[in-house]
Amino acid sequence: MMASGYNAKDEDGHIAVAGLGGGALRSRKPENTAFKQQRLPAWQPVLTAGSVLPAFFIIGLVFIPIGIGLYVTSSNIREFEIDYTGVDVSSPCFNCSQNFNWNSTKPCTCSIPFYLDQSYESNVFMYYGLSNFYQNHRRYVKSRDDSQLNGDPTELTKPSKECEPYAFHEHKPIAPCGAIANSMFNDSLELFYIDPNGTKVPVPLSSTGIAWWTDKHVKFRNPGGNPNLTAAFQGTVKPVNWRRPVYELDSDPENNGFINEDFIVWMRTAALPTFRKLYRVIQKRNGLMPTLPRGNYSLDVHYNYPVRSFEGRKRVILSSISWMGGKNPFLGIAYVSVGSVCFFLGVVLLFIHHKYGNRSSSADMSH
Amino acid sequence: MPWMSPLARIRDALAGQRARDKDLRNLVSNLPYEGLDKWKQPNRHFRNNGIKTTKYSVLFFIPMNLFEQFHRLANLYFVGLAILNFVPVVQAFEPEVALIPICVILALTAIKDAWEDFRRYKSDKKLNRLPCFVYSSKEKCFVEKRWKDVRVGDFVKVESNDIVPADLLLLYTSDPNGVCHIETANLDGETNLKQRRAVPGVCITVSNTDILLIIHAVIRTGCLGFSHPDLVLKQHLGCTVRNTGYAVGFVVYAGHETKAMLNNNGPRYKRSRLERRLNIDVIFCILLLFTMCIIGSLGHVPLYLVPQTDGHLDTPSLSSFYKFFSMIILLQVLIPISLYVSIELVKIGQIYFITNDLDLYDEETDATIQCKALNITEDLGQIQYIFSDKTGTLTENKMVFRRCSIMGREYPHKENGMFLCGPKRALKMYIYKIKILMFTKSLPPNQQETEVILDQKLLRQIRGTEKIDAYQDFFLALAICNTVVVSMATAKRLRVSTAEFQQTNQSNPLDTLSSLVRRAGSWTRLRAPITSETSANDLTTQGQSVNQTGGQTCSLHVPPQGTAPAVPAGKLCYEAESPDEAALVHTAKAYGFVLMSRTPDSVTVQLPSGAQLRFEVLDTLSFDSNRKRMSVLVRHPISKQCILYTKGADYAIMELLETPYGEKQQKAIASDTQQHLDCYAKEGLRTLCIAKKVLCDGEYESWAVQRQHALAAMDNREQLIMDSAVQIETNLCLLGATGVEDRLQDSVPDTVMTLREAGIQVWVLTGDKPETAVNIGYACRLLEQDDLLYLDHFLLLSQVTCTSILDCGLEEVRRYSEDPRNVDTTPDISLVIDGRTLTMLMSPDLRDRFVDLARHCRSVLCCRVTPLQKSEVVKLIREKLKVMTLAVGDGANDVNMIQAADIGVGISGQEGMQAVMASDFAISRFKHLKKLLLVHGHWCYSRLANMIIYFFYKNAANVNLLFWYQFFCGFTANAMIDHWLMIFFNLLFTSVPPIMFGIMDKDVSAEMLLGLPELYRTGQGKGEYSFFTFWISMLDAFYQSLVAFFIPYFTYRGSDIDIYAFGTPLNTISLFTILLHLSIEIKAWTIVHVFIILGSVTLYFIVTLAYGVRYLNYSGYWTLQAQMVDPMFYLVCLISTVIALLPRYLFHVLKNSITCSPIVEARHLDTLEPSTRDQWIKEWRSFRGRVQDKTSDVSVPPSPSLESLDDDSIMDDEFALNVITANHHKKANS
Repeated sequence: MMASGYNAKDEDGHIAVAGLGGGALRSRKPENTAFKQQRLPAWQPVLTAGSVLPAFFIIGLVFIPIGIGLYVTSSNIREFEIDYTGVDVSSPCFNCSQNFNWNSTKPCTCSIPFYLDQSYESNVFMYYGLSNFYQNHRRYVKSRDDSQLNGDPTELTKPSKECEPYAFHEHKPIAPCGAIANSMFNDSLELFYIDPNGTKVPVPLSSTGIAWWTDKHVKFRNPGGNPNLTAAFQGTVKPVNWRRPVYELDSDPENNGFINEDFIVWMRTAALPTFRKLYRVIQKRNGLMPTLPRGNYSLDVHYNYPVRSFEGRKRVILSSISWMGGKNPFLGIAYVSVGSVCFFLGVVLLFIHHKYGNRSSSADMSH
Repeated sequence: MPWMSPLARIRDALAGQRARDKDLRNLVSNLPYEGLDKWKQPNRHFRNNGIKTTKYSVLFFIPMNLFEQFHRLANLYFVGLAILNFVPVVQAFEPEVALIPICVILALTAIKDAWEDFRRYKSDKKLNRLPCFVYSSKEKCFVEKRWKDVRVGDFVKVESNDIVPADLLLLYTSDPNGVCHIETANLDGETNLKQRRAVPGVCITVSNTDILLIIHAVIRTGCLGFSHPDLVLKQHLGCTVRNTGYAVGFVVYAGHETKAMLNNNGPRYKRSRLERRLNIDVIFCILLLFTMCIIGSLGHVPLYLVPQTDGHLDTPSLSSFYKFFSMIILLQVLIPISLYVSIELVKIGQIYFITNDLDLYDEETDATIQCKALNITEDLGQIQYIFSDKTGTLTENKMVFRRCSIMGREYPHKENGMFLCGPKRALKMYIYKIKILMFTKSLPPNQQETEVILDQKLLRQIRGTEKIDAYQDFFLALAICNTVVVSMATAKRLRVSTAEFQQTNQSNPLDTLSSLVRRAGSWTRLRAPITSETSANDLTTQGQSVNQTGGQTCSLHVPPQGTAPAVPAGKLCYEAESPDEAALVHTAKAYGFVLMSRTPDSVTVQLPSGAQLRFEVLDTLSFDSNRKRMSVLVRHPISKQCILYTKGADYAIMELLETPYGEKQQKAIASDTQQHLDCYAKEGLRTLCIAKKVLCDGEYESWAVQRQHALAAMDNREQLIMDSAVQIETNLCLLGATGVEDRLQDSVPDTVMTLREAGIQVWVLTGDKPETAVNIGYACRLLEQDDLLYLDHFLLLSQVTCTSILDCGLEEVRRYSEDPRNVDTTPDISLVIDGRTLTMLMSPDLRDRFVDLARHCRSVLCCRVTPLQKSEVVKLIREKLKVMTLAVGDGANDVNMIQAADIGVGISGQEGMQAVMASDFAISRFKHLKKLLLVHGHWCYSRLANMIIYFFYKNAANVNLLFWYQFFCGFTANAMIDHWLMIFFNLLFTSVPPIMFGIMDKDVSAEMLLGLPELYRTGQGKGEYSFFTFWISMLDAFYQSLVAFFIPYFTYRGSDIDIYAFGTPLNTISLFTILLHLSIEIKAWTIVHVFIILGSVTLYFIVTLAYGVRYLNYSGYWTLQAQMVDPMFYLVCLISTVIALLPRYLFHVLKNSITCSPIVEARHLDTLEPSTRDQWIKEWRSFRGRVQDKTSDVSVPPSPSLESLDDDSIMDDEFALNVITANHHKKANS
């Protein structure tokens, strides 16, 4: 009885005995479906000179105008840059840069005159730039506590371990903790227009609207619902290198504490060691006057931030801005050249197509 | 189980170990100890019969599986890295994040393993639960137990058609001769029955209880000693008792100690060639990684801003050292961790498609292809040598009677030939219609097909004559002169012995048959509780009651028809050692000469008139390869003449014919027959000559005495026996000749041709005679008419001559290839070698020459080779030529070869399991090889090769972005992409497309691959995956990553962009580049491709956007959102992607436009309309055909008639050589 149920050809060579109920014979014939038989309708493009020719010309035709557009846009952007590090003896900030001390109470100021030979018509963005500053250093990037910055009251008093060694100072939690916050850029910059009769007219700088909206309103929150920040930050100490506690960064309560925009901007660590960060915006006041007319200016610097120890540089950049950001001709040039190369390749391929292309319809298949 | 002290356990275990190690096995019957505690059992050291092939147990699955998985170096490496991540100084990721990929991979593998193990567990369970009968001394009868409860020392009863549960010592059978027939078809594929004899010298009394005690006593006193070979009726799985009522045996080995289990070494792990290459490239990747890490650690900039936790700064050298490890962690993806898992998944997918291919499905056997080896699919696309078995592989192994020639007259059996050519369905219908078929439908189909359609002319000839003439003699010879065993075609295949037919005029046959076996009573009582269920058995018991008066025959021998005087011929079933014999017996039966039964000393034949003749068999001169014939000496029951019927190879018979003085008729018959034979041989039929000789009594008497001497001789017995046979086989009278066809399987010639066009050398290794092999060689177009036959059939050739012949051949080959006219063609030499010559050729001094010559041959045919030689040949070629080999076979004799080759293919058609079990792929027909290799092999190879290359590229391209970033972040192992997104990038966004690519891509359609076998050559040798392609793609990866990094870098340089806002376009560009790169590589787009590629892109954006919103602690909060409203983002992505892909795109365009590799051509053709395409294929092929014709026009050797060449070369060593040289001269001259 059992031998009759014995199935010699079970799949893995194991012996299988048909169960009592399992006698119904099911054919092993595979299903004849397009998928299983690998006959799904397929598009089989063969990339030959003939078939891709249009693509090259189209790329060429599309890219060159884009490139030209980008280039023109970029060259219309005005940009002015002043290095105020003070490495040169002749530089007004040389003295400040020489005797620097994080803890010095007396601020060192210096004033740098410069001349704008073109007027800036629209809004002007004022950046500070740092070079050779590795804000993307791994240990540096990690040295922050996002929960604390989001206003988490427990994290406020117990900063994350990532912040070490800037988590506690004299057994009190640091707020905001971490190396990024600790090394916050603290030079203050003022811009004066020197009108033709020699008086210094301060240029109004707007310090809000420089951070991302989401950062300011979602990611960074002050602890507690307490409008009195001094109370909210009770029990914490300021970062070692700071002169003022975090709740004294600004007088405006909407721009103070963790939601201070200078602070938020600083906390978005730069991608590359040479970077700029938005410092102030110079709003265009009325339609008639240029934002920054042509003429003499003076930049007054409260020189606090040390960069000489890592051979860094500090700059101030004034830039009018377009939809494509700052001045950068690179992309425009790239588009134009790629477009031209594609156009050229298209011509080459046309030639190749002419020479070899009609092969599949000729009789020399078999050589 | 009673408590045992641990010491006792250890002692027991040791004792068991010792008992197992000893060659000598002392066994004691379990019967006296029945019911005792387990630890008192004498055989407790031996394992029981339960088998367990599972690797894991439920409880310990996880640790065991992990242990198993950590044997893989790659896994260890990745776990090491993940652990390294927990060391704070070197950590590059959040430690938990780093653990995810390795965990996913381990989990996937574990699930796969668990599933496989569960299947094994289920099949084990089934097997262990099979019932069998074990004698119990309490019950005094055999009781049903499960297989796993059988123990060493038990007495087991196996009934007919039951599977033998363990290795048994055969003690008793129901057969009067003490013989038991077993069929090992499931084990080695041989369908003929094998005899096992009960142990002689064991006195068995059949009083159903105490026999066993006696046996027990005998064994216990130790007077039975057996050596291994003759000991056992063995084999655990797949060995079935046939033709015997039942057998009783003593379990000697059980469970895992049985031969079947010992032979079953478990699945072998074959490593594909591609995988070996892949590992080398992984090492390259490791070197690359180390280089990158060293660069990283040297360039590391320690930062003053962040001192260590305790406030001090590490020395630069120490922090560099730490950074080295951080960099390894950061760049680890360069070593493609997911590649191994992906490859396994791809292979599963490929196997899914292979097994679901309708073209590889055989309706007749309802069998699809089975893929046993899961990891060598791509090797199918690289085969260069195929070693094939002949019988059953190329041929059906169903012999069919085709033609015969009697007394010089030819009976072509035209209809017979006709329907053989026709489609099979029609064939069967035809048989049914003309009602010659008497078998019931329940019989296996092969027996139906052995039926013969009668030649009407011949039929009239037989019917017309009443007297015993040559025609009758011819058919009698067919019926008698063989060793066919007759059995019943009932559910239980019982042997038909004379006992049933001659009950009335015979005394108790048992007296004469067996002096040892004394029967007592009947087995009814014993059988009653056991016999079961089937109606056949009911019939048996009925028959028994009827029979009890008729004599003490064993009731089981009675056919279901009870006392019917003769079994209807249709119910008979012939079991022959060789299918030829069966075919001849069936033919005789078709003409009315029915072989009814055969015992050692008699043969009963039913004549067309219905009368039964019982011939007394005086002697059987069995077949041997020297005489190439067999004879049976019988005494005619009516005329009382001594007649010798002989059948054998034509030349073996022809030279022994009586030389009749002046009797022209005889001479004419001989020459006519010879003519017919030549004609048969040309058709590829297997020919046999039938002859007879009438001996006068005196002659016989004197010969018999001599024969007795020979049989009794102590020295030189073999020789004497042969001499005596030769002595009587003289002066034969030729009756006729037969032509039996070993039918080639469907479209074998076409397959062989196609495979050869695909650049595969086909070798046939067969155990058959050279003549047959050569015939088949011609039939399946392995050898062609203009082939130069290089017959090496020199039985007594010395090594020196062998060397010179090889040198000579090589010289010819060289001269041929140096001839400027023969550029690009190879000489059409085919080598035919026989086993003994092969042994010589395989000797160390000759093998190099042999391999060299064989390489230049179109085809090689080895005859009379042993299984071992087969595997040696395969190994030799594989090792010497460093080629990919495939061995295909169907029988146990091919197992060695199948295992030695890179790929073993078993043919599962009608033969057994052995070859299939040893094989990597099991197909049911030889022709399936064509699609398996040309289409699936090609696809699998090109898919996998491209997938692997792509995988390396993908990881390198992605990870290099991180590396380039290190130059701008002070080599601090920082990443500009969030770690989670990095992990997702590999696990989610870019993992499915390559897998889909590896499973579903189609470079060329199946029709083209089959139509143009040359396309297969691309995979041979190095193929698409080579050193070159690997480095090209790595270079491409570097280039693309440079583009993907530096275009955004120059765009955003000096701006106020933050880390993650910078990383986002990089990641996006990388994704687009990688996916579009794949799109360039994809050769055939289906809806699945489109869906998966678009799905990956969508998934990327959805996940990244969601992540940017949900995850507040992420410093890159809202980054992608911010980027996506910035037009610059799109402009940067667009141009970077275009620049990155331009070279590869151009490369493909130029490759497809300028070069004209066959694959490219085929792809061009593929784009055409099917009808035009077929037209092209035809033209292409005919063009190539013309080229071939041209070369063959140059050399038209006088196509040597097969036979003459055959015979001549056998007789004269030098002749074969001369043929070659002569032909070559002709070639050179013309």
